[in-house]
Amino acid sequence: MIVFIDDKKINTKGGTILEIAKKNKIDIPALCNHSDLKPGSSCRVCIVEVNKKLVPACSTQVCPGMKIITDSPKIRKVRKINLELLFSQHREECSDCVWNGECSLLELAEKYKVKINRFDDRKKDYPVYQFGNVIQFDSSKCIDCRNCVEVCHQQGVDFLEVKEKGSLFQVVPSKTKDCIYCGQCLIHCPAGAFEAVGEFEDIEKPLKQKNKVVVFQFAPALRSSIGEEFGMSYGSLVTGKIVAGLKKLGVDKIFDTCVGADFTTSSEALEVVERIKKNKNLPVLTSCCPSWVKFLEQRYPKLIPNISTTRSPQVILGSLIKTYWAKENNIDPKNIYSVSIMPCIAKKFEIIRPENNVFGLQPVDCVLTTREFARLLMKHKIDLKKLKSAKMDNMFSDPSGAGVIYGATGGVMESAFRTAYEKLTNTKLKNVEFKQVRGMQGVKEAEVKVCNKVRKIAVINGLGLAKEFLNTKKLKDYTCIEVMACPGGCIGGGGQPVPTDAEIREKRALTLYAVDKKKKIRKAHENPIVKKIYKEYLTDKLAHEVLHTSYSKKGRGSVKKL
Amino acid sequence: MNILSELKKYQLLGRSGSCFPTAVKWEIVRKAKGKKYIICNCSEGEPKNYKDKYILENYPEVVVEGIKTALKFFNNSSAFIYLKKEYYNQFSSKLRKLTKGLDIKIVKKKGGYLGGEETVICQALEDKRLEPRVKPPYPVQSGLFECPTLINNAETFYCIGRISKGEYKKTRFYTITGDIKNKGVFELPEKYTVKQILKKTNNYPDFDFFVQSGGGAMGEILLPKELNKKVQGIGCIVVFNSKTDPFALMKQWSQFFLAENCDKCTPCREGIYRIDKMLDSKKLDKQTLNDLFLVLKETSLCPLGANAYRPFETLIKKIIK
Repeated sequence: MIVFIDDKKINTKGGTILEIAKKNKIDIPALCNHSDLKPGSSCRVCIVEVNKKLVPACSTQVCPGMKIITDSPKIRKVRKINLELLFSQHREECSDCVWNGECSLLELAEKYKVKINRFDDRKKDYPVYQFGNVIQFDSSKCIDCRNCVEVCHQQGVDFLEVKEKGSLFQVVPSKTKDCIYCGQCLIHCPAGAFEAVGEFEDIEKPLKQKNKVVVFQFAPALRSSIGEEFGMSYGSLVTGKIVAGLKKLGVDKIFDTCVGADFTTSSEALEVVERIKKNKNLPVLTSCCPSWVKFLEQRYPKLIPNISTTRSPQVILGSLIKTYWAKENNIDPKNIYSVSIMPCIAKKFEIIRPENNVFGLQPVDCVLTTREFARLLMKHKIDLKKLKSAKMDNMFSDPSGAGVIYGATGGVMESAFRTAYEKLTNTKLKNVEFKQVRGMQGVKEAEVKVCNKVRKIAVINGLGLAKEFLNTKKLKDYTCIEVMACPGGCIGGGGQPVPTDAEIREKRALTLYAVDKKKKIRKAHENPIVKKIYKEYLTDKLAHEVLHTSYSKKGRGSVKKL
Repeated sequence: MNILSELKKYQLLGRSGSCFPTAVKWEIVRKAKGKKYIICNCSEGEPKNYKDKYILENYPEVVVEGIKTALKFFNNSSAFIYLKKEYYNQFSSKLRKLTKGLDIKIVKKKGGYLGGEETVICQALEDKRLEPRVKPPYPVQSGLFECPTLINNAETFYCIGRISKGEYKKTRFYTITGDIKNKGVFELPEKYTVKQILKKTNNYPDFDFFVQSGGGAMGEILLPKELNKKVQGIGCIVVFNSKTDPFALMKQWSQFFLAENCDKCTPCREGIYRIDKMLDSKKLDKQTLNDLFLVLKETSLCPLGANAYRPFETLIKKIIK
């Protein structure tokens, strides 16, 4: 059909005014709209004119011949007033905000000459809530768009709710349900009302560890996303630049979490093989995603025996650092301060799970998110974009391709499959690429013929879909199920740069697959360091301590008002 | 009898306050395929208005007749009578008797004033969060359980009941209240002006007065010289003695809207909050008020916000000046 936007003739198959304007590079300011969510149409800033009536562009579908005006004195006026009203409920705290530099509110304020203090802040006395040791929600910044409530619902969690207090509705944490710390609220909040605990007050902590050996590891997803914080294009690969940045900060013990992932894969594949042989505790449920694990422990304790007991990549690498690496380098593990940079905020919770301790020590002492690490570099005036790539040179610096794709949905399954297939069949895989489980679809299912038996596997991209899957499917039919709580997997995690949306996630993921494709070694169990440590170090007892963890039925985490 | 052409002939407009042509809704739902739902909305929530209650009390059989007509007209359809709590307690047993053997469920309303908004009713019947859905799709396209859904007010079904029996006399129900003696609900010709209604019911004041016409919260303020027009909205007329404190009156409205709106869209949530605060200070800043009225009227998500500005604007303009 043909529509006209500001007299520009546009041929389109349909969609909302906002979508079509975007595709045609026509600017309509949109604040609460996020492509992951159904239009809530609440902020009323994307107002345009159709047939002399003002309508929101985000939720108005075009029809043939529609004439849309995106700018006029009246349109500008109502946008300005609505922005002033939005500012009247948003306490500004810009220097410490996850949107710093990318804030749509401020950008629009400037464009529409908004008096941001035209009305006094009605929420100045609203509380800050803290969920566990992971998320802070400063309700005095909330602009009531309810994206957080919507995405929390989409995640199947329903922890954030709208409750009427006095005569006004507020977003509040549930009194009965629990947060799983995925951080999708943070990613989808246009007002910066959510942040990780410590973001950004505590980012210098790792550099202030006097008398300790400070080691850093960084996750697969980081290498295709952190460039965005420095103005690089989506999906830019910056592995070497991350290393160079860390070196500039004075860190010289730099490890790649992807190597941890190779250990996770090897161990998890063995678990799969063993459970298939014993036909016990199938399907195996992946355990790399701490939000998913927390969700199961609280809401589906019956499935605890099915969760893989293998530690997640950051925890496994942290454990190896404080055992094998410490021993090899004659360092007292108590003197190691182990830091990991993660695309995830739930990883802050994962490291304090006592079940993850190794010989009584936390395997990782501090987690920085992608955003936090970027801010740390900026504070030290290090521009990642301008850095020359540097190399890591130690035992945990060279991952297989399988370890790298861990950052994307389906990556864990594909990696585990490459290894488990070979272990089960005693043959070499000719084609290691397992494309059925790649991509951004919600639920990916595949059938694999292993030793004359067809086995069903499923990869679930997003926790809400996982909940639906658990409630509706016959789990017994499956051998292995991968779940990542965040859409797109870790590359869409709660610790990642904002904005994050479907298009951006896809670019970040493709970069990881490109890295894998170029690698000579693409199977975790063929990584020399994995082979070496399994052979030389990991006796049964040690393997249990270093590679495995345990789970149990859990109650709610803490929710407090600060 | 072809009910649709009758609805067109009488140009019946919905009696919920929106005055939407009933025949248009019926036609859209009829053309849709698959399961259809019919909802009789008796959630009357605007202050000072109780004409649906009056109808349920006096003519429940006519309302049920209207719903029966709809059930017959739309194949593969089921109906609900959606009653606000007080009406549910009073009328549900009687309605159950009248609807025995019919595919009509009697349901108690959830939530407050906004619980009567048509998409919120769908949310409530689906056991979902009580907040309005973004339109389109309109309920006639995709309403309850994503099926085409006809939602008409109790009085609209009363009219349909009358039409189907050939007894419709182009009347409507007016609630008349305020500083008058003869308060109540009156069935009078729909073409009557406010003045005619007040005179006919013996309520035309002999003191200085103004009226709020249309609804006890959303109605517009009219001066005695402006009464030669029909009543808008839900057909409610409130008469005020000129000595009425306009600030106290506006505060009543702002408190009502503040309590009953859903706080979803910016202009209604924040705009009404600011009007309410301004009334406390008793200092009316005309520029700010005009800005707030503009965004309420032009950019609100639902009719509540889009109409909430009207009583304030007309009272300030005509009474406070």
